[in-house]
Amino acid sequence: MTTDLPVDLGMPSGSGSVSVDSQGAATGTTGVPRLADGTALTKKDFTSDQEVRWCPGCGDYAILAAVQGFLPELGLKRENIVFVSGIGCSSRFPYYLDTYGMHSIHGRAPAIATGLAATREDLSVWVVTGDGDALSIGGNHLIHALRRNVNLKILLFNNEIYGLTKGQYSPTSHVGQVTKSSPLGSLDRPFNPVSLALGAEASFVARTMDSDRQHLTSVLRAAAEHRGSALVEIYQNCPIFNDGVFDVLKDRTEAAARILHLTASEEVAAGDTVVVRDDQGVMTVTPRGEADPARIVVHDPGADDPSAAFALSRLDSPDLGHVPMGIFRNVSRPTYDDSLREQIASARTGAVTDADIDALLAGRDTWTVGA
Amino acid sequence: MSTKLVQKLDRVVIRFAGDSGDGMQLTGDRFTSETALLGNDLSTLPNFPAEIRAPQGTLPGVSSFQLHFADHDVLTPGDAPDVLVAMNPAALRANLADLPRGASIIVNTDEFSKRNLAKVGYGVSPLEDGSLEAWHVHPVAITSIAVEALASFTELTRKEKERAKNMFALGLLSWLYTRPTEGTESFLKSKFADRPEILEANLAALRAGYNYGETTEDFAVSYEVAPATMREGTYRNVTGNVALSLGLVAAAHRAGLPLFLGSYPITPASDILHTLAGLKRYGVATMQAEDEIAGVGAALGASFGGALGVTTTSGPGLALKAETIGLAVSLELPLVVCDIQRGGPSTGLPTKTEQADLLQALFGRNGESPVAVVAPSTPSDCFDIAVEAVRIATTYRTPVIVLSDGYLANGSEPWRLPRTAELPDIAVEFETEPNAVDAKGEPVFHPYLRDPETLARPWAVPGTPGLEHRVGGIEKADVTGNISYDPDNHDHMTRLRQAKIDGIADTIASLAVDDPTGDAEVLVLGWGSTYGPIAAGVRQARARGGRVAQAHLRHLNPFPANTGEVLRGFQRVIVPEMNLGQLSMLLRAKYLVDVESHTSVRGLPFQAGDLADVISAAVASVSHAPLKEAAK
Repeated sequence: MTTDLPVDLGMPSGSGSVSVDSQGAATGTTGVPRLADGTALTKKDFTSDQEVRWCPGCGDYAILAAVQGFLPELGLKRENIVFVSGIGCSSRFPYYLDTYGMHSIHGRAPAIATGLAATREDLSVWVVTGDGDALSIGGNHLIHALRRNVNLKILLFNNEIYGLTKGQYSPTSHVGQVTKSSPLGSLDRPFNPVSLALGAEASFVARTMDSDRQHLTSVLRAAAEHRGSALVEIYQNCPIFNDGVFDVLKDRTEAAARILHLTASEEVAAGDTVVVRDDQGVMTVTPRGEADPARIVVHDPGADDPSAAFALSRLDSPDLGHVPMGIFRNVSRPTYDDSLREQIASARTGAVTDADIDALLAGRDTWTVGA
Repeated sequence: MSTKLVQKLDRVVIRFAGDSGDGMQLTGDRFTSETALLGNDLSTLPNFPAEIRAPQGTLPGVSSFQLHFADHDVLTPGDAPDVLVAMNPAALRANLADLPRGASIIVNTDEFSKRNLAKVGYGVSPLEDGSLEAWHVHPVAITSIAVEALASFTELTRKEKERAKNMFALGLLSWLYTRPTEGTESFLKSKFADRPEILEANLAALRAGYNYGETTEDFAVSYEVAPATMREGTYRNVTGNVALSLGLVAAAHRAGLPLFLGSYPITPASDILHTLAGLKRYGVATMQAEDEIAGVGAALGASFGGALGVTTTSGPGLALKAETIGLAVSLELPLVVCDIQRGGPSTGLPTKTEQADLLQALFGRNGESPVAVVAPSTPSDCFDIAVEAVRIATTYRTPVIVLSDGYLANGSEPWRLPRTAELPDIAVEFETEPNAVDAKGEPVFHPYLRDPETLARPWAVPGTPGLEHRVGGIEKADVTGNISYDPDNHDHMTRLRQAKIDGIADTIASLAVDDPTGDAEVLVLGWGSTYGPIAAGVRQARARGGRVAQAHLRHLNPFPANTGEVLRGFQRVIVPEMNLGQLSMLLRAKYLVDVESHTSVRGLPFQAGDLADVISAAVASVSHAPLKEAAK
């Protein structure tokens, strides 16, 4: 008997070519079997037979539709895509996708997905989580998954409230927010999920919004291409317990003045304001007319140093006066799962045989008792 | 060659004791290895403080290693040492109470300074005040003789030379008990391969100790312990943690699955992580997780993907993993959870042994969430129990908790090597085809359609076309696995999960009873690491003329099918446990048998002699009692 990695599934391995970027470097889906040339899946192929049970008007519907519409674009075999979620409204997501999926326990999805990704290079692994799931009960797993740079795509639906438990403040609710568990206003200072992710050494961090299908899809695309952990914060409306919290960003005129679009090699600007950087690296939003052109920030998501991305993330304000949207950071560094596989591969000397195991069991000091 | 007298002994118990920085564990390990190669049967008990370096020379800083070796079958590390090697006053003071009068003490006189004596409350040196008259004391200036022997090593500092004193002690003991030192020499050569001057110094100290024994008049006699009669085969010495690690690797190989360990460091389980981390060549993946929960979570994720997911921990970690183990119960995926128990509650006694997690293993989760529980009985049995845990986990698609403990984890004994090809055939087959048809006659996959015999559900791993499905912790409808809040379905699924675990009893060995006279009225029943002390206690009670039977449980959930029948066949059933009666509670609840609990929670294994007294008293009581038939 012999054993070998990756696990032999007793079936043909992926027939298609693997995906690499234009430089030939590994992308987020390198090693995942692709559909044969000329075949494609549709949104319908990714729609399960389960009735979707979110509240009417929930932002999750729009995200689900965007993900179901985007997945065929990857060109991957459906059976090689896995969604793992924790607990919360957003975590029902896997039931509605006709892929492999696991609805796990509160906060633990990144840890579970890490074990899956580490042992199965041939899978595209996605984590769906919310602000309570990822930032409160599962905060530890989130930061360590990002630190390790496991090849996971983490979709963090942020509605700044607990929905499934019916309306308590979350780690992203603003100070003073009145909820069922904070009748006199929340005392907790919120996390900025993007700042947190950057502080946790994340190699890909982005923010997008449920209602902007085009932007959401473009961010998902970039996340899927990234090899390593990708954290995508998605502003998502909870119509029941925190309705309208992002409405100012959905009004065309308001959005134009407030959303700072992050586009590589372009100035970071919103309406007639631009972002400038002082000598200490602190960024502020200034009317274009008052800005020193030499200090206007030109976005570079590929910068090795995360300081600029972090400074951008600090431009958020509770009143959503200015909100950077897009990809804050997208850098390449070794992934935990690839490195683990490399360590194993370089230690191996071929398939493991019974004789190898016999020798392992014997160790170095044995003695024999004769007949 | 020595012209001194050589005396034959049938058994010896030695305890090496010193400061935790003195290298006593290494010295004990090496002496054990020499003894194993000589063919004696043996059993060891390391005993060390939780602090890595407690204040030097103090009682809390004492580290010891006890070894029992004999020309016959050995069951325990021995109740009391025949020889104590005390490297300082603290080691003497901490261990003297365990030493029977007449035993020998080899003491390092160099450390008996006024300051060191004062540290442990000796006003006057016990070497000078006559308080050790009841023992054979061999005062040896171990440190200074070792340093003197290294006089030519001019490049070494005095401190570095002093550090070789444990090798001097090892050399002396090797001479005293006629042990070969070649194994230790080659061990040192590989350990210090890149530090030749340290290597030479250690070798010189080892030889100096050996030669000191041969030449000094203080040791008039040396001893021989003949090889034990052991079953034909090839042996090695093994600790429980190493045996458990090897068992997991061998079982994963037999199952045809890659092994994935998710683990967070915790005493006394960390050595399993260390051992497996070094076995990447065998395809073993290890992940040092951010916490206990992530360790088991990653293992479960790996199992979902078709690997053998394993996590290792101790009691506090098992508590943290409880929710994820419950998820594995609901997902019905294989998962092996190794709990190397230690004294509790809370942080408790990290380096001391206890078996008080039995009820936590069985019931420490929310809801009705049955899991299989197994426990090894000796260090080498940790190998077999690992294979058994993997068999149950993969066959029944269930979490299995392995309850080892600190005593088994660090203790060692000779292990007769199994042949990999002869281990149980536990090859796993994943589901690859749809297993049902829908209303329209189309093939579909039902993830909770069970094997009628084992009640296990199919293991269909991601990457298998056509079997895409979702699993989760919400109650699932029978067969389809869809979310279900139906009351009858929940009742049905709860009973199904229990029936699946209960059904494991069909494939495990019956509880075997050792009753040489065939008419014993007293049964001693244990589980886990108490096997050795109980067997030794039973042996002593029999030697006193008592008729007593012994049985030992390796499966704690479910119990072997004949357990109730065995219990009802005796007038008295004594259950010794290193807890306050957890197995007794289970047995009484399940079988309505009035078993008698005998417990100790001192962080140390039972003493065979103490158990022999308990057993003998029980036997004496029934010999005067009416016969079983008459009592009915």
